[in-house]
Amino acid sequence: MSEFYTSTDHFVLVPALLLALFGCFVLLADFLVFPRPKHRRYVVILVALGEAFTGAALWRQHSFLSAHDLASVSAFHGSLVVDGMSIFFNWIFIAAVLLVALVSYRYLETEQEHRAEYYGLMMLAQCGMFFLAAGTDLVTLFVGLELMAVSFYVMVGFLRRDKRSNEAAMKYLLLGAFSSGFLVYGFSLLYGLCGSTRLDRIGEAVTERGPFDPIVFLALTTTAVGLLFKVSAAPFHMWAPDAYEGAPTTVTAFLAVGSKAASFAFLMRMFLYPLAGARPAWEPILIGVAILSMTVGNLAAITQNNLKRLLAYSSVSHAGYILLGLVAGNETGIKGMAVYILVYLFMTLGAFLVVVALRRKDLAGEDVDDLAGLIHKSPVEAVLMLIFMLSLAGIPPTAGFIGKYFIFLSLIETGHYVLAVVATLYVAVAIYYYFRIVKSMFVGEMTDTVPLMGGFGMRIALGVTGVLTLLIGVYPEPFLQFAQTSLGR
Amino acid sequence: MSGHLLSIVLFTPLAGMLLLLLIPSSKAALLKLWANVVAVAGFLVSIPLVCRFNQSLGGFQYVEKADWIPSLGVKYYIGMDGISLLLVMLTTVLGVVAVLCSWSAVEHRLKEYYAMLLLLQTGMIGVFISLDFFLFYVFWELVLVPMYFLIGVWGGPRKLYAAIKFFLYTLAGSVLMLLGILTLYFQHFQQFGYYTFDISELMKLNLPMGLQQWVFWAFFIGFAIKVPMFPFHTWLPDAHVEAPTAGSVILAGVLLKMGTYGFLRFSLPLLPKASVDQTIVQILAVLSIIGIIYGALVSLMQKDWKKLVAYSSVSHLGFCTLGIFALNPNGITGSVIQQVNHGISTGMLFLVVGVVYERRHTREIKEYGGLAHVMPVYSVIFAIAMLSSAGLPLLNGFVGEFTILQGAFEANRIWAAFAVSGVVLGAAYLLWLYQRTMLGQITNLKNLSLKDVNLREMAVFAPLLIWALWIGVYPKPYFDVLEKPVAEIVQRVRPDYYRVRAPMVTAGLGEANAR
Repeated sequence: MSEFYTSTDHFVLVPALLLALFGCFVLLADFLVFPRPKHRRYVVILVALGEAFTGAALWRQHSFLSAHDLASVSAFHGSLVVDGMSIFFNWIFIAAVLLVALVSYRYLETEQEHRAEYYGLMMLAQCGMFFLAAGTDLVTLFVGLELMAVSFYVMVGFLRRDKRSNEAAMKYLLLGAFSSGFLVYGFSLLYGLCGSTRLDRIGEAVTERGPFDPIVFLALTTTAVGLLFKVSAAPFHMWAPDAYEGAPTTVTAFLAVGSKAASFAFLMRMFLYPLAGARPAWEPILIGVAILSMTVGNLAAITQNNLKRLLAYSSVSHAGYILLGLVAGNETGIKGMAVYILVYLFMTLGAFLVVVALRRKDLAGEDVDDLAGLIHKSPVEAVLMLIFMLSLAGIPPTAGFIGKYFIFLSLIETGHYVLAVVATLYVAVAIYYYFRIVKSMFVGEMTDTVPLMGGFGMRIALGVTGVLTLLIGVYPEPFLQFAQTSLGR
Repeated sequence: MSGHLLSIVLFTPLAGMLLLLLIPSSKAALLKLWANVVAVAGFLVSIPLVCRFNQSLGGFQYVEKADWIPSLGVKYYIGMDGISLLLVMLTTVLGVVAVLCSWSAVEHRLKEYYAMLLLLQTGMIGVFISLDFFLFYVFWELVLVPMYFLIGVWGGPRKLYAAIKFFLYTLAGSVLMLLGILTLYFQHFQQFGYYTFDISELMKLNLPMGLQQWVFWAFFIGFAIKVPMFPFHTWLPDAHVEAPTAGSVILAGVLLKMGTYGFLRFSLPLLPKASVDQTIVQILAVLSIIGIIYGALVSLMQKDWKKLVAYSSVSHLGFCTLGIFALNPNGITGSVIQQVNHGISTGMLFLVVGVVYERRHTREIKEYGGLAHVMPVYSVIFAIAMLSSAGLPLLNGFVGEFTILQGAFEANRIWAAFAVSGVVLGAAYLLWLYQRTMLGQITNLKNLSLKDVNLREMAVFAPLLIWALWIGVYPKPYFDVLEKPVAEIVQRVRPDYYRVRAPMVTAGLGEANAR
């Protein structure tokens, strides 16, 4: 017990160490290694290298687990864990960082804010995400959350000369700090329940006291507020449209997929382990939040003209759908959440990549109208965007349908018929605003003839997201196996 | 090769579409030619389906089965019985017609246009041959997107409104249907311990009445919106009026049949108890009859030629659903034949409108009049199309309507009495339309110089005219091919039907055959 930093600890921590090391190195790289601006593109290679090492470390963890047929390995006296879930989510973070880094180079050049800190912050944020997916201790989780959040506050305001970016960062910071306050308050109560910050101990205490014990209930609700804020579920979504709109589009993309996935990992960890005993108390709350998220997200998105705002509201409604998997809470529901987050990564990232490509010199390219007549100008991007939109709406044969399929099925399996009907009908609402974009691209008249932002990185990133969005829809088997082995215990 | 006949039929249009995408957009003639080649090829490969079909066998033929998503129990499972055979043939024939009739009607963005038509073709065939519910749902939804574009890009003045209305309506219905599908899927897991979407396995389910009713209504919303049954029909006139001619032909000819086919293939066999429940049957029959009469009355009032034809679809599809819910062999057989008939007749009527629309760019009935003087061949074609739609003996419409009424009469005389009025009203609005547009003197000078149908247009009408005559004069092959599958459905929903009334049924069918 008294041993400090054993080999197991090291084994579990390696991915985070690598991320932190590479992140810091990239921060320094700007003036130490690549002093000349035109060399900055090599930073992307450094990021890729870091991700490759992290991936290798993850792979080692994965093969260790399967070789010894272990469900999990815990370290640091139970404050970090390697299990299927942590590995699954870390793959998602790696994919998100790589895809975003690929397109950031050109984008930041256009914005004339190309500095290596950006990539360093991204990797540090990812390091925080690692702790969110792998943490099993309140303090570890909270530190991970703040590491991620603080990196994002800076990245959202990365366009120093842009008023909107500054404003967005400020709003995000203030509201984020506010929600962290709630979270910490909840955590302190949870700690008070059992005198330990370890999730398993808390779980025992919560089960013992029962869901409607006043302190448990108060701890539960305050923790839930903090968590739901991070996944941008209504009514805690206010920050999302502003932060999404003001942030540099690549950061928006990373925020939408990376931060969301990490927050959901955190949320699943909390609700499925320590708070599982309080299900009767939180299930109705989550049902309300899910319905409200789908309602607010889908209805507010209808009137948006700014693509980033529109996608922000759409991400609110997706948070509602993913929460439904937790409401159902059975094996299908949990698998559904994982699958949904996986497909959400590719389709949302893809949609944001197209928005990134719309940013050209002297052209903001953020409105639905900026897509007008895209089919004539860049047919490939237009068709890919169509696939992303269909997938976001959940129309087969795209990946989004597979995600929704599991959510609906889990609701039916657990007898939440009314919820299932509400959730499905919102698909029909959602198609309305997704197809405003499609309409603009395919029916609208071109407003400008400036070609979209291209480049090698953009082509690769769009290709990967597009192909996977379609492939997961047409042949989901390997991806389902992946999700199954990750979460099957 | 022959083992995969059905897959070949299914994927020919898709393969053709992918190759079409390789042709540069600037080569208009080549694009048109290639699309026609693919459509004709799609028809030709479907002919062996008819030749090799063994109508004395029950169950499904040309079956292909392969694992698709094993962890969900989803299979690539296709096959056809008599009902699917007729509808697939209708699809491949109308596919050729739709592509050919667009030759001069569509002038811009040809590549995308033909790509959408061909994609639609694969989606529709897939719906009619899928025996796996998941696969069915994928094809069912796949149809929406190309149709949205056909209406939304190449449609009339209010095309965007009509296109999104079509999309939202059908999508809202189909997602609720999806919940019904998932309920069955989960019930199967609970009863048998494994997940499957295979409909032959889902048929083994033993579901309590209450659950069957819920699932029935979920399916009902999906299918009834597609048909469309009253009161879910409001998307139809908009979509039809704004769609380009080929879109209308496909929409009326094939897409609407997906709904009636859904009732026959899924609602009845999978939910037999709910399907014979008196309340449900009464409600559906009454909605059908309202559809028949309301559709006809509204048609009478129309000033827009295409809208008139669109509302007549509501009326005709009312007959189809009434036949289904008569729940006897005559009703269902008549319903399937009427579905094919409606595809042929209404397809022709839309083509007829398309011909003059292409020349005059208006669909107002009062703009026309006395066209028979300048377009004699056209007026004959229109007359045949109109009479076949109105149900004149020796043409196809009569066979279907008569058999349905026979079935309705057997089920409930009052239904039949009301439904007959639809036939009378149908004759009224069609003949009146003909009179207003074709007969009398030419009142509008612009019509004086109208050219009669050219060879290509005749080629468009020819297959449909021949088919209409064939069904009208010698419908026996159609009754033969439907006998087994219809008997299976009736046996499934009313197991004691054949025991009690065996002699009467044969007599009824024989009688109808003779006509």
